[in-house]
Amino acid sequence: MANNETVGETLASRGVSRRSFLKFCATMTSLLALPPGMAEVMAETLARTRRQSVIWLSFQECTGCTESLTRSHSPTLESLLFDAISLDYHHTLQAAAGDAAERARTTAMKDNAGKYLVIVDGSIPLKDGGVYSTIAGHSNLDMLKETAAGAAAIIAVGTCATYGGLPHAKPNPTGAVAVSDIIKDKPIVNVPGCPPIATVMTGVVAHFLTLGTLPELDSLGRPKVFFGDTIHDRCYRRPFYDQGKFAKTFDDEGARNGWCLYELGCKGPTTHNACATVKWNGGVSFPIESGHPCLGCSEPNFWDAGSFYQALSTKTLPLSAHAGAALAIGATVGAAVGLASRAKKKAAVGKHARVTADELEKGGGA
Amino acid sequence: MSTPAERATNAFLEQIDRPIATFFESCVHCGMCAHACLFYTETGDPQYTPIHKLEPMRRVWEREYTLFGKVKKWLGLSKPVSEAELKAWEPLVYDSCSMCGRCSLICPVGNDIVYMVRKMREGFVAAGFAPDGLKEAAIRSLRIGSPMGVTLQALTAQIGHAEKETGLTIPLDQEGADYLFLMSSNEIMQFPEILGAVAKIFAKAGVSWTLCSTAFEATNSGLQIGSSDIAAELVQRIVAGAEKLKVKTVISPECGHAYTALRWEGPNLIKRPYPFKVLHILEVLDDLRAAGKLQIEGMEETTLTFHDPCQLVRRGGVVEPPRNLLRMVASNFVEMEDPGIHNWCCGGGGGVSSNERADPLRLKVFSRKKHQLDKLGVSTVVTACSNCRNMLEEGLEHNHMQVNVVSLTEMLAEHLKA
Amino acid sequence: MSGPELLLWARGPGLQFAVAIFLFGLLVRFVELWLLGRKTDLSEARAHPMGPGLRTVLSRSVPMPGALKHAPLVFLGGYIFHFGFLVTLLFYVPHIHFLRSILGFGWPGLPPFLIDVLGLVTIATLIALLVQRFTDPVRRFLTRTDDYVAWTVTFLPLLSGYAAFHRLGTDYTTMLALHILSVELLLIVIPFTKLMHMFTFMLARWYNGAIAGRKGVRV
Repeated sequence: MANNETVGETLASRGVSRRSFLKFCATMTSLLALPPGMAEVMAETLARTRRQSVIWLSFQECTGCTESLTRSHSPTLESLLFDAISLDYHHTLQAAAGDAAERARTTAMKDNAGKYLVIVDGSIPLKDGGVYSTIAGHSNLDMLKETAAGAAAIIAVGTCATYGGLPHAKPNPTGAVAVSDIIKDKPIVNVPGCPPIATVMTGVVAHFLTLGTLPELDSLGRPKVFFGDTIHDRCYRRPFYDQGKFAKTFDDEGARNGWCLYELGCKGPTTHNACATVKWNGGVSFPIESGHPCLGCSEPNFWDAGSFYQALSTKTLPLSAHAGAALAIGATVGAAVGLASRAKKKAAVGKHARVTADELEKGGGA
Repeated sequence: MSTPAERATNAFLEQIDRPIATFFESCVHCGMCAHACLFYTETGDPQYTPIHKLEPMRRVWEREYTLFGKVKKWLGLSKPVSEAELKAWEPLVYDSCSMCGRCSLICPVGNDIVYMVRKMREGFVAAGFAPDGLKEAAIRSLRIGSPMGVTLQALTAQIGHAEKETGLTIPLDQEGADYLFLMSSNEIMQFPEILGAVAKIFAKAGVSWTLCSTAFEATNSGLQIGSSDIAAELVQRIVAGAEKLKVKTVISPECGHAYTALRWEGPNLIKRPYPFKVLHILEVLDDLRAAGKLQIEGMEETTLTFHDPCQLVRRGGVVEPPRNLLRMVASNFVEMEDPGIHNWCCGGGGGVSSNERADPLRLKVFSRKKHQLDKLGVSTVVTACSNCRNMLEEGLEHNHMQVNVVSLTEMLAEHLKA
Repeated sequence: MSGPELLLWARGPGLQFAVAIFLFGLLVRFVELWLLGRKTDLSEARAHPMGPGLRTVLSRSVPMPGALKHAPLVFLGGYIFHFGFLVTLLFYVPHIHFLRSILGFGWPGLPPFLIDVLGLVTIATLIALLVQRFTDPVRRFLTRTDDYVAWTVTFLPLLSGYAAFHRLGTDYTTMLALHILSVELLLIVIPFTKLMHMFTFMLARWYNGAIAGRKGVRV
């Protein structure tokens, strides 16, 4: 719902202290690896800014991304964010329903044309005209195209929206695709994760609100500041990997000693995310710390990348059929060649030119 | 099929077997074989690298016996072996290879390179690409019965001399004798004292033995030139004589290639096992020593060493008998550097000594043997092959070295207890 | 193709393809070689060839007296390279897991830092051996295209593995994919080159030892 209040006014009316707000800005600045002086700038800018119109589109999703963002025990950074934006459309959080909800979306689009932020979670099904996920009789595809047309930028949140996610996994019965597969003419930030870390989602939006730009992205469209390193390169268990100390089962001595989980299938080395540094639930822990190998959930096709419990270096497809066929065909071809050679040899013996004294005398050669 | 290249290729196709294919497939071009080869170490010329000598046969193997070689042939990416190439390779195969077999010992992947050279020579001789000297020796062997043209007459004369000198009767064509003794033309002509020496030792030991008028030549020119046809015929003459006289054992004399030809190649050449045993004269003498039938008095005092004939020791397996015998009769026997199966060739094996064209190279590479002897500083070198004896004497003279070359059998005979 | 896609292809269809070509090629070479046969030796043996043959398969790894003095780099370089290559291949934990996923069993690994050092030594040794192929007269005389191809496909997995381990080159996921692809290239090339020696050397050494052994000569 459109709102002309500034962020500062909204915070004041909700009883959020200036202290809390500054703490929020300082934390955001630090997470975004911006210079410390930016905390003040962020606070002043945000306070003056009209609350940013945000339209949140939920497509083929499990609502995990929203859950991640909203799970909180007390006023947190995440909840503060909601005070800085005007969340004009969100299936789970909005009060309105039915036509009223859709009208809120279209009104926000009209009132903030060219300036609103679109956040998308869930993949977009394309098969059979997109019938596998519809809202108010419109396919996700149509709604995305329509809503994206006037957006300033799109933030694809969660692995489904960024890379297709779970619905996209083999055999992809709904023809699920990512946002970036459909929208080609708008800036898109991919914030993958299944779900993404709350603070990471918040940080990206905060960057946009403060600086008016999207953070620097890697080749897969992810903010480098959060996705630039792999879990492996920041993991606190890395010394154990380097020393060759691995847990071999979930309850052996190694596991209980907190050793590296590579052998149990950890995808840390090829997974880019901030879990190892920012962690989850307000910095409490992350999967590896809790004893479970990283699933690689912020990488494309992580569902199809081999078993979660097989090491990263293992094969992902069976070999026995190919191997068997190759051995059989190779043996047959080898036998054919070998038998032909034997025949040729026999023929050569048959053509043997006997060396006699007369032959030697005849010369030839030297 | 009439061109030399076709005849060579056909012979290669006959000769290539599973071991050869394995060897070609395993070669990694490490070049270690060069460092075992006398002809490379003494000249520094990489063209003498042993595995390189086999290139013509390797090309035929790849082109005709492998799938990928056939594909390459079909795509026009390979050429058959040409006459020009055979001509170019001939000196590599015959002048710079004495079939000593050191290369087979050094190859890290296990290639038996001398095995391959022996078989490749079949193609060269079938095509007519062999040194004149070897061809002439082979022709004489076939037509006269000896590579040097030695006839029964010459042998009879030497028998007469030996009988006069020893006062013993030298048995000839004695049916039912235990041992048939063979000789090499080289011994009959140049070192006939060996006959008397053997007669004396056998008489003292009570050995029943005989010579054979139709089979007295042990030297096998067929082996040296690399022709199984010729080698088989020459072996067959010995087998016929041995069977006629119904002997139990045929003795191969102090001649390296005779032993290889008779003991190891023979049954395969005539395509059946022998009904008799084959022993080298040193094996016989060592058996006599072990049985206490070789009584020696007085020792050879001078410091001496032993030159291991390649075909006898490394290629023949008669490694310990010469040492056992030498220790019996010499009080100062010292081994040279790289003794036994690792010893270096005199340079004249594999037909090189019959190949005049190879003389300069052969004398040049004698530097290795010179080095071995110089290091020891001995004045006597003992050996058990008359060809090695000739080569050593020639090499020593060429290098102005004062070293005596002695036959082991003769040395034993000299110290026989009266 | 993105890094993750390349990695997935390499771990999946790429491996299937490479293993198929590798096994096909191996069998063709083995069977075509085997069927050439060997005539029975009719001469009287001094000893049964089997024992000496097997012995030489192992003992030929010890150089002949004087060999080391004549060509130290070939021998030492050869040993260090083979040792390093095999140890980094067989005792680095991620590799062991790869092999376990194929063979069904694994074994303990060495600490990664040891593998790292050994990998670097192996790379340096391979480079030294290549330089020798250019500079040493015997090696230069013998070297052909096959030798360069074999060297390259052997070098690439070592180089790419080392680079990936040290986060050199481009992003890790892509480097890992390239490493696996380089191994697949090696597999495909093996049957067509002298790299077959890794299998046939055992048979060649056996023949060598057997042929000499039946004459009573220990080689």
